[in-house]
Amino acid sequence: MTRHSLVLAAQSNDPATRSRAIEAIAAAYWRPVYKYVRMKWNITPEDAADFTQEFFTRLLEKEFLDSYESSKGRLRTFLRTCADRLFMNQARDSKRLKRGVGSAHLSLDFMEAELELATELRSGSPEDSFDKEWVRSIFVLGLARLQASCESGGKLIHFELFERYDLEDADPKPSYAQLAAEFGLATTDVTNYLAFARREFRRCVLDQLREMTTSEEEFRREAQALLGVKFT
Amino acid sequence: MKSLSDRVVARLQADMQLPDLSGTRYSLLRYVACGGTGSVWLAEDTVLKRRVALKVLDLAAPADDFDVRLLREARILAVLEHPGIVPVHDAGTLADGRAFCCMKYVQGQTLAQHIATLNLPDRLRLLERIAEPLDFAHAHGFIHRDLKPDNVMIGAFGEVLVMDWGLAKVGVTSPEAGETEIATAVQPTQNSLRVTGQGSVLGTRGYMSPEQARGDIEVDHRSDIFSLGAILRFILTGSAPGELPAVSGSVPRPLRAICEKAMAADPNARYQSAREMTADITHYLNGEPVSAYPEGLLERSGRVFARHRTAVVLVAVYLIMRVLFILFARR
Repeated sequence: MTRHSLVLAAQSNDPATRSRAIEAIAAAYWRPVYKYVRMKWNITPEDAADFTQEFFTRLLEKEFLDSYESSKGRLRTFLRTCADRLFMNQARDSKRLKRGVGSAHLSLDFMEAELELATELRSGSPEDSFDKEWVRSIFVLGLARLQASCESGGKLIHFELFERYDLEDADPKPSYAQLAAEFGLATTDVTNYLAFARREFRRCVLDQLREMTTSEEEFRREAQALLGVKFT
Repeated sequence: MKSLSDRVVARLQADMQLPDLSGTRYSLLRYVACGGTGSVWLAEDTVLKRRVALKVLDLAAPADDFDVRLLREARILAVLEHPGIVPVHDAGTLADGRAFCCMKYVQGQTLAQHIATLNLPDRLRLLERIAEPLDFAHAHGFIHRDLKPDNVMIGAFGEVLVMDWGLAKVGVTSPEAGETEIATAVQPTQNSLRVTGQGSVLGTRGYMSPEQARGDIEVDHRSDIFSLGAILRFILTGSAPGELPAVSGSVPRPLRAICEKAMAADPNARYQSAREMTADITHYLNGEPVSAYPEGLLERSGRVFARHRTAVVLVAVYLIMRVLFILFARR
């Protein structure tokens, strides 16, 4: 898909196009939405899973996205506001859907999200958590792209090295020499392969972000938020 | 795809910002500072074995406009060879697609840090030295447009450097005829005109001239004179950038007048060159009248007395002695 197409496709009148686009948006946003409602309203995992399915069903039915205008704000903020509104409407009408009632369109691993919630350090507001989860989701989707790209390009070893060195939460990290011995490579190859994988990862993440934004300005602001590292 | 821990996400975020120096002669040492659209890194030039500063655009910076602007800054710095302007060594595009500019690494203090230990005359002499490279740039047809204390560094050897020419533009008219041919070598392209020329507001509030703040296209070198006046005000009040209170009554009136003239709303009412402004500062330091301040007879007498204190005292003593001698001689 080309730039800007994802959100526009999600607003399309063609059900198949819309469905594909919503699935892509859901891939980036279901975790933030799920964890956000769990934290903000302290609802049960079951209710949060139902709510998340219901939320993306509404997106699919164009109820939310039709009112989205990129000139008025970020998609990220818009979706969070929609989640708030949906929850409050449901609470007011006492019509919260029961699990599996007409809303199970997406295959989402809520169990895994629940496990993450249990192990993560909860700090900051639910809104901060939403943004943090969004960053994590974009990175995970960027990694999936990187893996696919490395596989198709015959560079799986580059990805495996990247996974081993940059994605594992080991402390201390393995040295390049250790990795070279482990993978049967020269140390300089490890250096070069990792540099390649990091450069490609950066490209994949930014490509992912471009698809999720609707204008250059939004992309820039979201990229700043995504890479919002303050060096000291 | 497995999930990523908070620590891994933070590490990936940090890694993504690191400039990819593969294929270049530079080796990354550490982060130095960040600006609006880029960051500055300390690196080693592995060929010449010296430390350099790498200015690298952010990944999030829009590619076209800022690439052009950074390249223009590099070219402007290459043209402006002056001891008060940080020299550029190299410019280009990194493997990750980001534009970069390699400059001399300046170790020293910002103006704000440096003036804290100086007395008023030394602060004023510092302003004269800030004006020198500015006057040089104006003579070559360039306008800085973002002159402020943060963009003035005092190097390890006491050299005063005007930094960050990222917003600089070629002036509408050069104050010195015959110098414009250098400026035309770095004339803005269509893209950079869009960024810096067509009515967009760029600069720093408090140090930006009114015409620049309005987004006027016809901003000329006198906009920098306003900023130089704002720096004088900062030097006189010692207040942090951005606060900028009015110059208080404790500041000598001639200096207040210089400041007010430099920061006049109408560019025609300002000093017409940095040199003209520093001439007034020099006059003040030498105890001479300044053009910005028409002094009264009493003030002039006071100034002349202050300037020629020893001679005046000697003459006065001589006259008193003479009168006393005459009086005693009559008795």
